[in-house]
Amino acid sequence: MSFLKLSHLNVSLGSKSVLRDVSLDIGKGEFIGLIGPNGAGKSTLLKSVLGLVPSTGEISVAGILSDRLSTKERARHIAYLPQDREIGWAISVEKLVALGRTPHLGGFAGLDENDVAIIENAIRRMDIAEFRHRSALDLSGGEQARVLIARALAQDAPLLLADEPTSGLDPAHQIGLMQSLAELASDGSAVIASLHDLGSAARWCSRLILIHEGQIAADGSPLEVLTAERLRTIYGVEAYLETTQQGLIVQPISLIAK
Amino acid sequence: MKDHFRLLLLGLSLITLLMFALSLLTGPAAVSVSDSLNALFTGQGDALVLVMREIRLPRALLGLMIGATLGLSGAVLQGYLRNPLAEPGLLGVSASASLGAVIAIYSGLSLVFPLALPLMALAGAVIAVLLVQALAGRAAGTLIIILAGVAVSSFAGAMTSLALNLSSNPFAAMEILYWMLGSLTDRSMLHVALAAPFILVGWALLFSLGRSLDALTLGPDAAASMGISVKRVQLIAILGTAASVGASTAVAGAIGFVGLIVPHILRPLVGSQPSRLLPVSALGGASMLLAADVLVRMIAPGRDLKLGVLTAIVGAPFFLWLVFRTRRALI
Repeated sequence: MSFLKLSHLNVSLGSKSVLRDVSLDIGKGEFIGLIGPNGAGKSTLLKSVLGLVPSTGEISVAGILSDRLSTKERARHIAYLPQDREIGWAISVEKLVALGRTPHLGGFAGLDENDVAIIENAIRRMDIAEFRHRSALDLSGGEQARVLIARALAQDAPLLLADEPTSGLDPAHQIGLMQSLAELASDGSAVIASLHDLGSAARWCSRLILIHEGQIAADGSPLEVLTAERLRTIYGVEAYLETTQQGLIVQPISLIAK
Repeated sequence: MKDHFRLLLLGLSLITLLMFALSLLTGPAAVSVSDSLNALFTGQGDALVLVMREIRLPRALLGLMIGATLGLSGAVLQGYLRNPLAEPGLLGVSASASLGAVIAIYSGLSLVFPLALPLMALAGAVIAVLLVQALAGRAAGTLIIILAGVAVSSFAGAMTSLALNLSSNPFAAMEILYWMLGSLTDRSMLHVALAAPFILVGWALLFSLGRSLDALTLGPDAAASMGISVKRVQLIAILGTAASVGASTAVAGAIGFVGLIVPHILRPLVGSQPSRLLPVSALGGASMLLAADVLVRMIAPGRDLKLGVLTAIVGAPFFLWLVFRTRRALI
């Protein structure tokens, strides 16, 4: 069943058209890799779903038109992990994760038992309990990335949008993170992550959407989307591709001489 | 953690209460504590009643309200702009309120009608805020707001200088200068009544932002994705600051550094959580300003040492230390 539906979405920033006529159907349980060269419109697509950039066309979430949702209602449906890992103050890891409950709290009310259980679950899931009392600013980049994902998980929304969640992480942390996102999807959420690492996109995602110059260039399983021809025409690279038991292996090798 | 926070609130409330009492009991008239309090509460003791109720009470009340305003608005602006160097004067409110007051003094309006001064100052603050909001636009980044505030502050400062420059009456120029130094001397209950409504409305607006400021710790996009309307937060922060700081400047002149320093000193005590910093900073600001106002009367009795001068003398070195520490953190 479709959870997020985009029909004929268009986004212009200033006089520049960034997304053109994008239509998509995304269901629960899917782990979608949003791929494409720099400037293709991946981040803008995620932001337009959140209503952070103005768009024309229709976006519906859980069968409700997005325009009809208040900011708070939308936040209960969609969690978001921005590309910049901004942490403004030296708050504790525990407090930072608890921020995820913001859209579920009314007025000046504090956290109830249910909120605490969800926060604890997120902390366990991202394996950050050992530094829960430390300041989030004192952590390494990899630790911070996990804490911020735990924050998004604590929002307990059925759809998670993550903008380049693996950037700046070492291989072990990348694998750990992609594995968590895949688990989240297999538990029934929908996950959309924009990714530059085609290898890990092919390894972990159930479906890839390739964006090129503001339009969907391909949409399907990693095997269908990542062809040598597309990597040449869209990314401008020659790549080594091999199908193995772990799925498709992709390794860009060289630039194509122009 | 929860008990620790309550204890901190309780402790700061007690300190504020103590400073308030100390402010009531400080003055050139040498009277005993019991006589003073007796006069204040029972209204018995003719001249002393006048001193307590008409001179010291409004002074202490203004110290309390203005100190809390500076601490609270400083904490809100630092949280909203996610910048530890933000302070209430940043939005151009103080400079423009000063300009309004200067126009009242310069034109002679304040001689004819004494309340013209605070009223003009308030008008100055309102105009500044409308300008900053118009310059910043609907969903501006924090940088644009800071730049707009700097532009409005500079212009108001330039116009104030022009008034001083062209003033043909040295007494008016003197009065302008003195007023701008910031003071709580010789304020009446009328000043309290004039400022209180604006200050209370400002507080209500600023206190409502706690949860939004917590979410903004992770940046505006993350906050928006958590259901916070960043546009609304901007509007409320600006209006709340304008009402409370505008009214404060209108009755007491520009008092610097309290709004910058107080949130800084107290931030580590609340685990840097912006929402918890709000009540704590309000209490801290109130006790600091009341203490400073007691000090100016004790250091130089009869010389009318200006409150704004004292806060700047203490505040500037602290600011330097802050810059130093920030630099060290960057290296």
